[in-house]
Amino acid sequence: MLSVKDFQVAFKTRKGEVNAVKGISFELARGERLGIVGESGSGKSVTSYALMRILDANGRIKAGDAVYSGIDLRRAAERDMRDLRGREISMIFQNPRAALNPIRKVGHQIEDVLRQHARATRQDARKKAIEALEAVKIHDAEARYDAYPFELSGGMCQRVVCAIALACDPKLMIMDEPTTGLDITTQKAVMDLVDGLVKARGMSSILITHDLGLASEYCDRIVVMKDGRIVEEGAPTALLGTPQHAYTRKLVDATPRRGVAIRQLLPAEDRRPLAPHEIKDTPLIEVKDLIKTYQGKSGPVQAVKGISFTIREGQSVGLVGESGCGKSTTSSMLVRLFDPTSGQILFRGADLAQMPAADFARSPLRGKIQMVFQDATDSLNPRHTARQSIAEPLKRMTDLRGAAQAARVEELASLTGLPAHLLDRFPHQLSGGQKARVGIARAIATDPDFLILDEPTAALDVSIQAVVLNLLADLRARLGMSYLFVSHDLNVVRLLCDHVIVMKGGEIVDSGPVEQVMDAPAHPYTRELLSAAPQAPIPAPAA
Amino acid sequence: MTDMLTDMAKALASTPETQKKKSNGALAHTLYVLRENPVTALSFAMFAFFLGSALFGPALVPYDPLATNAAVALQPPSAAHWFGTDNLGRDVFSRVIAATRLDLVISVAAVALSFVFGSLLGAIAGYRGGMIDTVLNRILDTIMAFPLFVLAMGIVAALGNSVANIIYATAIINLPFYARLVRAEVNIRRDAGFTQAAKLAGNSDARVLAFHIFPNALPPMMVQVSLNLGWAILNAAGLSFIGLGVRPPTPEWGIMVAEGANFIVSGEWWLALFPGLWLMLAVFTFNLMGDGLRDIVDPRRRT
Amino acid sequence: MPARLKAVSVRLAQAVPVIFGVIVISFLLTRALPGDPAVQFAGPAATAESIEEVRRALGLDKSLPEQFLLYLGQLARGDLGQSVSTGQPVLSELAARLPASLELTLFALILSCAVAIPLGVLAATRPGSLVDQLCRILVTAGVSLPTFFTGVVLIYVFYYLLGIAPSPLGRLDFIYLDPPHVTGFFLIDAALDGDAETWFAALKQLILPGLTLALFTLAPIARMTRAAMLSALSADYIRTARAAGLDRNKILYGYAFRNALLPVVTTLGMVFSFTLGANVLVEKVFAWPGIGSYAVEALVVSDYAAVQGFVLAMALLFVLLNLVIDLAYSAIDPRFGTSAR
Repeated sequence: MLSVKDFQVAFKTRKGEVNAVKGISFELARGERLGIVGESGSGKSVTSYALMRILDANGRIKAGDAVYSGIDLRRAAERDMRDLRGREISMIFQNPRAALNPIRKVGHQIEDVLRQHARATRQDARKKAIEALEAVKIHDAEARYDAYPFELSGGMCQRVVCAIALACDPKLMIMDEPTTGLDITTQKAVMDLVDGLVKARGMSSILITHDLGLASEYCDRIVVMKDGRIVEEGAPTALLGTPQHAYTRKLVDATPRRGVAIRQLLPAEDRRPLAPHEIKDTPLIEVKDLIKTYQGKSGPVQAVKGISFTIREGQSVGLVGESGCGKSTTSSMLVRLFDPTSGQILFRGADLAQMPAADFARSPLRGKIQMVFQDATDSLNPRHTARQSIAEPLKRMTDLRGAAQAARVEELASLTGLPAHLLDRFPHQLSGGQKARVGIARAIATDPDFLILDEPTAALDVSIQAVVLNLLADLRARLGMSYLFVSHDLNVVRLLCDHVIVMKGGEIVDSGPVEQVMDAPAHPYTRELLSAAPQAPIPAPAA
Repeated sequence: MTDMLTDMAKALASTPETQKKKSNGALAHTLYVLRENPVTALSFAMFAFFLGSALFGPALVPYDPLATNAAVALQPPSAAHWFGTDNLGRDVFSRVIAATRLDLVISVAAVALSFVFGSLLGAIAGYRGGMIDTVLNRILDTIMAFPLFVLAMGIVAALGNSVANIIYATAIINLPFYARLVRAEVNIRRDAGFTQAAKLAGNSDARVLAFHIFPNALPPMMVQVSLNLGWAILNAAGLSFIGLGVRPPTPEWGIMVAEGANFIVSGEWWLALFPGLWLMLAVFTFNLMGDGLRDIVDPRRRT
Repeated sequence: MPARLKAVSVRLAQAVPVIFGVIVISFLLTRALPGDPAVQFAGPAATAESIEEVRRALGLDKSLPEQFLLYLGQLARGDLGQSVSTGQPVLSELAARLPASLELTLFALILSCAVAIPLGVLAATRPGSLVDQLCRILVTAGVSLPTFFTGVVLIYVFYYLLGIAPSPLGRLDFIYLDPPHVTGFFLIDAALDGDAETWFAALKQLILPGLTLALFTLAPIARMTRAAMLSALSADYIRTARAAGLDRNKILYGYAFRNALLPVVTTLGMVFSFTLGANVLVEKVFAWPGIGSYAVEALVVSDYAAVQGFVLAMALLFVLLNLVIDLAYSAIDPRFGTSAR
């Protein structure tokens, strides 16, 4: 159905031509579901844009062939391509809210496609658009027809994007990271829906993703891309079970999943034994009836509704939940950036909530409670070098100056595995993993006892994530810190934490030791979260 | 997709050859922009010319800009008088060059005033939010509710007809632009990760604002300053064109155009043309420089 | 829909404090006059008695808050004071001259929008092309043009050198009679009257000052259109539309242009502000009998009541225009007044 041969795509940039796709070949059979998996910069998305011929103006197909049902996608006239798009080949994208025209009713956006491909007339367009909305299981489609994208949730927007893509009964559906930015349960609902429709209509599909689990759950065959080339392909079970290529092996190893230890994410040669961390019985942090109320537009909104929990010395606690569950608000209060509305935060018995967040910068306890931020890029001052960023807490909170300070910065860099020659670089000159290391080095500069990790690996590729998680595990053992690990990803939390708290709607719905909560979940919401997370069929490695 | 391209570009940029310090990087980038866009380089050269005119012009011009000489009144441009002479026989070239100082002083002083006060107000409002922010916004809204040139006319008419008052009036009507820009730039960084990190590093709010947020807001401010200088000159010249501020016989571009305009209908074009041209060139220089700075500061915002 | 209606009424209500602020500032400007305001208001030819009379009339012997209340009362009665130079009430003079200014301003704005918006769109859809280069040059040169200088140059070229423009004095050559007063806009009044000759004569007078003003407003509108169109074209929803196979025109005009129009409409407010200011200069250059040249004449003879009346009138006009712009915006952006905006 689709045959791609020696396909090359290049972009013109300031520094000359950049080859994003360097000669790839693959076939797609009718009714087949293909997954293209790779990390950022692998060229997987560019491939799909090039196939659709919707590359940005500076990109072009440099060489090779792509034939879809006898049509030469590289040489076809723009008019023919336009006719093909949406009718034969459709595409859905990441960030569904931005993918819809913000000032046009969603019903009209579906009608535009139907009318374009002569699937509807002025008279029956409305009826057919509503049918298209019903096909993607949108309740009350009649009413949703008149909605604007800003009035719909992210998951709902992605359903509308699907409705647009499926409106003209295409034969091939290309999905470009369709669930990035969606919550895990929404992700499952959207993927199940699309996959069901693809199967029911006998369509083919191409799923582009960084997530091996997602690809193996929804694809018949997977190709793995790296640096613009295909390194390996095969059926999910075979590919993940016995990866042949070293890169696939690394990717498979690094994917967090049930039944592996944190060290097993790393390539076999890097698996040094992990020093155990000691959990004492004394409580380090006790949270009691913590409440945070915001003044919303339509009255007060309670983001955190009176939660209580304890973190013991040396313990690592995972705080899990979907967006809007209050986990970020909770962590901001614990790290004393926000003031709680009421409740207590006891740190070794002293109530931190008594001191306003604005004055906490001067507290001697400031250095004891630190945080690693979600987005390493955003959390580093773009005008400060790595050295300046790491030295900042030393300048403000310790007496170290001059050579002693410089020595401490270098010690921190080596602790976090940041090569010393990178210290004088600015954030934009560092890779994602390096920025994460700078963020961690800064957070541990003042020897904190309590470190809050706010989704520290969410923006990282899976192989870098594996390295950073291991670094965090090493530091915990070495420096005896307690962690509060905030995440939406249960598989990651399982790897690093001793205890886990599940939040929903500002309340704690479930908590307990990691094994108990994850392997024998008692609460239905925890079960839902666990079953929604795609599990890559990777056999547990021999330890 | 753009993210991906940036990543690729970054990957390319971090090859060993290009691993240099930021200062070199910024310099290289500036040189790249100048090479790529010779117009920007030209604008910097023209700026140097105007600066030179303002500093040394009055000392170098061939005639006294105020000296009248009825014998050579209304002469067209010649070797002796490059830009001709006006109705009182004054040398137009000397007057045009000598006027540079006054026009630049007015615009630079006005922009400096609005920059300082605008940044201060905007930074505090953007960081604090709440009541202060609301009050400042109301005040700015009220200033902006006037057509700005008309407000400047009203202020000069009320405060009195002097050069200092022209500067104050221009500063007041420029203030909202700075205050709003800084407010917006500070506001988007108020909850940024690096701001929170700075607080966690033990910085007080004032330190966070002054040493972490504000320096990051400076580049767009520089662009605004450059564009604003041009606008401030136009504004001051406009005011003196309608007879406010600068009084004859002081050489000033706006007033010279106003005086020359009376002779246009009888064909003596040089009286108005040259000061008008100079005024235009000066504004043009600042605008080009602003656009060039925008490219240097952020190539993506190139419009 | 009710949410939208609520947003519109909120916007209308927001105009109230702004108008109040405008009145306060214009009051303060009057009271900030150097020296004795009564002397200033009474004019240069005043006697001691007339100054005292003015002082009492203006309430200058009372406290500032009392004076403000008096001022509000006068405004409510439509009393902007008397012009010293003409002896006429300021309000009636402004009212008589306003149509001339509005006709010029609107003519110029329509002219510049008609050129600038297509130019900006063309430049954005063909980046790097000749149109794009032309647009860039025009935009940078356009904002650098001092309006009064452009006017002088246009007069020299089209009146003195080419002789194709009428003499730059006012709205109508003296050989024609003003058309019967209906709207005060000569083009409309002459058309209503069916007087083609007068209509053309009025148009001829209008073209040069209109062009001068239009050249000035062209730049910001073209610049904004180009930028807004570029950013709309690189948005994700354009990619979706392309992937769905919509045709080029639908994508460009149905999707991108309508979104690009939003920031352009917002910019119009700022453009109006510049236009009303530049209007004063253009009116002086072309001896246009509008409120701008009235204010300039008043400034020359220190006729303060007239100047303050002018400033207040301009501000109120501008507030009104901004209101119209925002209401137009609310009609094209469904997100108006919601948290998504």
